[in-house]
Amino acid sequence: MADSTSQSRSRDLDKLLLRPGNLVGSTFEPGTQLREDIKEIVRVLVIGAGGLGCELLKDLAFSGFRNLEVIDMDRIEVTNLNRQFLFRLGDVGKPKAEVAAKRVMERVSGVDIKPHFCRIEDKPISFYNDFSIIVLGLDSVEARSYINSVACSFLEYDSDDNPREETIKPMVDGGTEGFKGHARIIMPGVTPCFECTIWLFPPQVKFPLCTLAETPRTAAHCIEYAHLIKWDEVHSGKTFDPDYPEHMQWVYSEAVKRAELFGIPGVTYSLTQGVVKNIIPAIASTNAIISAVCSLETLKIVSGCSKTLTNYLTYNGVEGLHTKVTEFVRDKDCIVCGPGVLIELEVSITLKKFIDLLEDHPKLLLTRVSVTYRGDNLYMQAPPVLEEMTRSNLDLPLFELMSKTPTDIVHVTGAAGKGDKKQSCSRKLRVVFKGVGVTDMDMAGGA
Amino acid sequence: MIRLFKVKEKQREEAENANGKPTVKKQSAGELRLHKDISELNLPKTCSISFPNGKDDLMNFEVTIRPDEGYYMGGTFTFSFSISPMYPHEAPKVKCKTKVYHPNIDLEGNVCLNILREDWKPVLNINTIIYGLYHLFTEPNHEDPLNHEAAAVLRDNPKLFESNVRRALHGGYVGQTYFTRCM
Repeated sequence: MADSTSQSRSRDLDKLLLRPGNLVGSTFEPGTQLREDIKEIVRVLVIGAGGLGCELLKDLAFSGFRNLEVIDMDRIEVTNLNRQFLFRLGDVGKPKAEVAAKRVMERVSGVDIKPHFCRIEDKPISFYNDFSIIVLGLDSVEARSYINSVACSFLEYDSDDNPREETIKPMVDGGTEGFKGHARIIMPGVTPCFECTIWLFPPQVKFPLCTLAETPRTAAHCIEYAHLIKWDEVHSGKTFDPDYPEHMQWVYSEAVKRAELFGIPGVTYSLTQGVVKNIIPAIASTNAIISAVCSLETLKIVSGCSKTLTNYLTYNGVEGLHTKVTEFVRDKDCIVCGPGVLIELEVSITLKKFIDLLEDHPKLLLTRVSVTYRGDNLYMQAPPVLEEMTRSNLDLPLFELMSKTPTDIVHVTGAAGKGDKKQSCSRKLRVVFKGVGVTDMDMAGGA
Repeated sequence: MIRLFKVKEKQREEAENANGKPTVKKQSAGELRLHKDISELNLPKTCSISFPNGKDDLMNFEVTIRPDEGYYMGGTFTFSFSISPMYPHEAPKVKCKTKVYHPNIDLEGNVCLNILREDWKPVLNINTIIYGLYHLFTEPNHEDPLNHEAAAVLRDNPKLFESNVRRALHGGYVGQTYFTRCM
């Protein structure tokens, strides 16, 4: 018999998980078993323990998830305390992941949160494969792109180019900037991945260097002058590190001098930090709203208790409130999540023969081909200096060049199409060598 | 997806007993895009490229420009390129390694070229930048000054600018600044 507190704790969740409904996902199986499975089997990784991460950990813990892990490389700063509500003044200087995990575990009995105080790149790729679902509370395009490429690297396709369901690593991505935010779900192979829609991110505002050097008009111009031009002039060879207070202080004092020279008001230490680190003021309630959406979508994906968001929600609270869901589409040629072109080869084929074969392949018709495999540039048709360095590979068997890997991804670039319709392109190839190491299981279609 | 997670959990336990796949080097989308840019480079005779770290590091390279016309004819100028994994979302970082008397390049090697900063777009590529850099030597421009004095001389006294450039190229002082020979 469950005691009454644990029953009351899952009361609201039970309304979603124990009853059938008309709007549920196709595989939904309501019942107490589902509730227990969410506790026992599902492993959720939260990336980031900052403004969104604190909210996410709390929301997920209250949504019935028991096995959580969180990864964050940062330590707590005083300026975090207004919104990163799991942290107290006495925590300043401690790793965010460790304090966040501890605080949520203190409040929500039964939940187990394992913190990782490190960079996302420090973990082996296999670390990420151990989770059922990955929830992202990040603030950079670069980190999202990295996690996306890791999650997509687990994806496999069957011989009909359909994603193999058991290799899909779902992601839920949240992001906020001031009063604006987004939440999206990424099911690699099914919905667009991060790279399919990279154009959604606006480019960073960058001032022309000559404006900074010659005609500064704003406080930000003075700060960027000190940061980008003056720093190198004075500290030759030493790299500026925005996380060193002395460095930031130096840039600030130089910016003040510059501003005085041009009669520009408004240079402050916090503006200096803001401009140099590209900080946009964070709003606690935007984080709360976006986190709530992300947590609910995580529950929906895992349990099937309702259809999921398709597939990108934007929230804008700048003037009034506007929110909208957009269904973005996949880039079918995406080199990160796309199936690529399946090519079966004899182990004896040389790189040269392989390149010739791509020219006649009906799905490729590629000429002027360059080939790269896991960071090894096997052949570069240009520039001449690289062509010369890679030419000797042409007569070697591709199988040897790929360290005798029976099946793997190879990337090629070249000109596709025929006649005057030629177009330069990048293609992903799923190379399979015939008769080596491939078992019936590997060749089977989606389970 | 919970049924799938159950299956996977079982597989995970089994896999832990066996040996996991060794982790292998991955290429970022930025590296792949750069691979395409580099393999399609079509440089004029006046420009050449080299890869100090060998054929497998395309993210760091050097471009040498030898202008065959204009003020800087006969000079040799080397630029270092450093490409971020977020390329082409982020522009390459380019610095001039040769100390040069030029209105749009300062003595630290910072370059004022619009497509390197405010006008960078992901549809541009490495070839575009190299042509842009070459253009700086054939058409130095006093309206975007990074070297304030050189820009003023170019604007007010092109003849003097020309002789200053020659002096710098041959190695010598222009004002207080010494330039190493780069012919």
